[in-house]
Amino acid sequence: MSDSKSDWQKTTLTGALSHFPERSPSFTTSSGLNIEPVYTPDDLPDYDYPNDSGYPGEYPYTRGIQPSMYRSRLWTMRQYAGFASAAETNRRFRYLLEQGQTGLSVAFDLPTQIGYDSDHPLAAGEVGRVGVAIDTLQDMDVLFKDIPLDKVSTSMTINSTAPVLLSMYIALARKQGVDITKLEGTIQNDILKEYIARGTYIFPPRPSMRLTTDIFAYCSKNLPRWNTISISGYHIREAGSTAVQEIAFTLANAIAYVEAAIQAGLNVDGFAARLSFFFDAHNNLFEEVAKFRAARRLWARIMKERFSAADARSMMLRFHTQTAGCTLTAQQPYNNIVRVAVQALAAILGGTQSLHTNSFDEAYATPSEDAVTIALRTQQVLAHENGLADVVDPLGGSYFIESLTDGLEKQVKVYLEKVEKLGGAVAAIESGYQQREIQENSYRQQKEVDAGRSTVVGVNKFISSTHKIAGLTKIDPEQEKAQKANLAAVKAGRDNKRVSQALDNLKQVAAGDGNTMPAVLECVEAYASVGEICDVLRVVFGTHQELLVF
Amino acid sequence: METDSRIRVLIAKAGLDGHDRGAKVVARSLAEAGMDVIYTGIRQTPEAIVDAAVREGVDVVGLSIFSGAHLELFPRILRGLQEKGLDEVIVLAGGIVPDDDIPELKKLGIRAVYGPGTPVDEIAAYIRKTVARAAKTAGKKGLSKSRYTSSIPK
Repeated sequence: MSDSKSDWQKTTLTGALSHFPERSPSFTTSSGLNIEPVYTPDDLPDYDYPNDSGYPGEYPYTRGIQPSMYRSRLWTMRQYAGFASAAETNRRFRYLLEQGQTGLSVAFDLPTQIGYDSDHPLAAGEVGRVGVAIDTLQDMDVLFKDIPLDKVSTSMTINSTAPVLLSMYIALARKQGVDITKLEGTIQNDILKEYIARGTYIFPPRPSMRLTTDIFAYCSKNLPRWNTISISGYHIREAGSTAVQEIAFTLANAIAYVEAAIQAGLNVDGFAARLSFFFDAHNNLFEEVAKFRAARRLWARIMKERFSAADARSMMLRFHTQTAGCTLTAQQPYNNIVRVAVQALAAILGGTQSLHTNSFDEAYATPSEDAVTIALRTQQVLAHENGLADVVDPLGGSYFIESLTDGLEKQVKVYLEKVEKLGGAVAAIESGYQQREIQENSYRQQKEVDAGRSTVVGVNKFISSTHKIAGLTKIDPEQEKAQKANLAAVKAGRDNKRVSQALDNLKQVAAGDGNTMPAVLECVEAYASVGEICDVLRVVFGTHQELLVF
Repeated sequence: METDSRIRVLIAKAGLDGHDRGAKVVARSLAEAGMDVIYTGIRQTPEAIVDAAVREGVDVVGLSIFSGAHLELFPRILRGLQEKGLDEVIVLAGGIVPDDDIPELKKLGIRAVYGPGTPVDEIAAYIRKTVARAAKTAGKKGLSKSRYTSSIPK
């Protein structure tokens, strides 16, 4: 019998390896953390339970932000949806709610995300493709037809045009007679990761940061239950980062937002409780679970130690998770259902607050209704059949998980220091630092797959002929024409004098230093379009040019 | 002269989406395979892509798109290339393209469509096989010597 791990390695393990050598010279996580054959108390010599883990619902929240987690309330099942017209998307929303989904998540088309109306030349072919086309308040009205806004929580994936779409949501709530202080939901509003990874920026980083903090300030007074930002590692990971880079660059962005808000005169406990996060659930189950735990602990400590937050809610990292789109394969697409289930398991074991499970057909098209139903059913099986929701942080205390949590935390800190040295997240982005780091890793990953060192089932191993998927979603090109006609009708029917007054007022506010939100809201209520409002801001703020790094 | 024998490739992001991971990996891999590669950056219009192809005198244009707007944008790019007399340029596509759309893209003159999971070596091998090396002598003056560069047409 061995007295210690090193004793065991020297005797029992070494003896066995001479007969059964390991499959690989080394085992590592996506972030390059070395994985030992087994973990024991010897791997956690400095582990301090109260300080490092603590109890659920207590600082540093490693084990979860609520004391009873899913025993009291399951995570929110929130499928990101949106395509074609507002009416079509409204039908999908109502279908998902009927199927037991518990929150809405709006996907907007690219012109809406980049501030072009459906009749703009650059919108040709893009209207209603990757999400729903919204030009004016009228489209928003159709999008939420028969969905009372005080009865659902709604997440909107919108960033550079976040002030416009949030204003439309507020205006619609007022039209429905809903008290806006009761509105619940999330606006993504995370512009920094657009420059790093996602690409739907309009304005340069610094004026964009002002729009972000204007939303923080406006919501802290008017929409107290609204999550004013969803600081996103998802797109950073999808662009090819490691788990460590995902957490590090996301927290670095979060620090930049907190600093900008403090600089704009806000009190940290006045806005920090409404900051939320969004992460990827990738393939390595254990590393992902440890990643979520490490992120919670890091954020709690940053908020307490660096920003002197006093309200416990300011220290809690609340997050949405989506399974990893980049792991879906076009080859043997039904295998994706299994990948998604295991990734969803990681998110649940990691204590997510809400979850989107990808559909198996997404390497081909926007998901079909059948595919999205399987994705939602996957969450329902995990929630109700497997006992996952009966206990809090079940992997906490595992020698391996605690050791991985520590290891990831240490590596994240190294990156945070690097970003700090470069002058913080905004300056680092302007120098291309994060973009370059992600690009390097994405290239390395591709080479691993191409060389067969990293296995993708159905792609570089276990290859067989691919079954064609039937029933992919098709977007009728005619709907673009219909959307343009709608917009023309709204423009002809509105009070155009009121529109130009509201746009002029916005221009003045944007050029000064007042909060832009009330001025945007006024434009929206006059039925000014997304494109008209953004054109005003383009004149005042200028536009961003992509920095290409090699 | 070494640069004269190199195959020149323009990797272009058409459409409004920001999914540039694949385009960048392909660009860098082709450069490491010995080709001259010019990458446009995201959100390029059909006109800007055609202009870049003309200016850079490329043998191959690789179009990357994930937004679903390929049936609107690709015909405009191919028409533009023809109008500029670049009928010989080999046009390839990659990204999220439903199988049902591929025959139409091939009819337009797109030689191959590469979906997710394509090994980069396969793309490089196809380009080598397909580019008619002897035919190209014109339009080669004043080219960048760098093997992997950017070109953001304004």
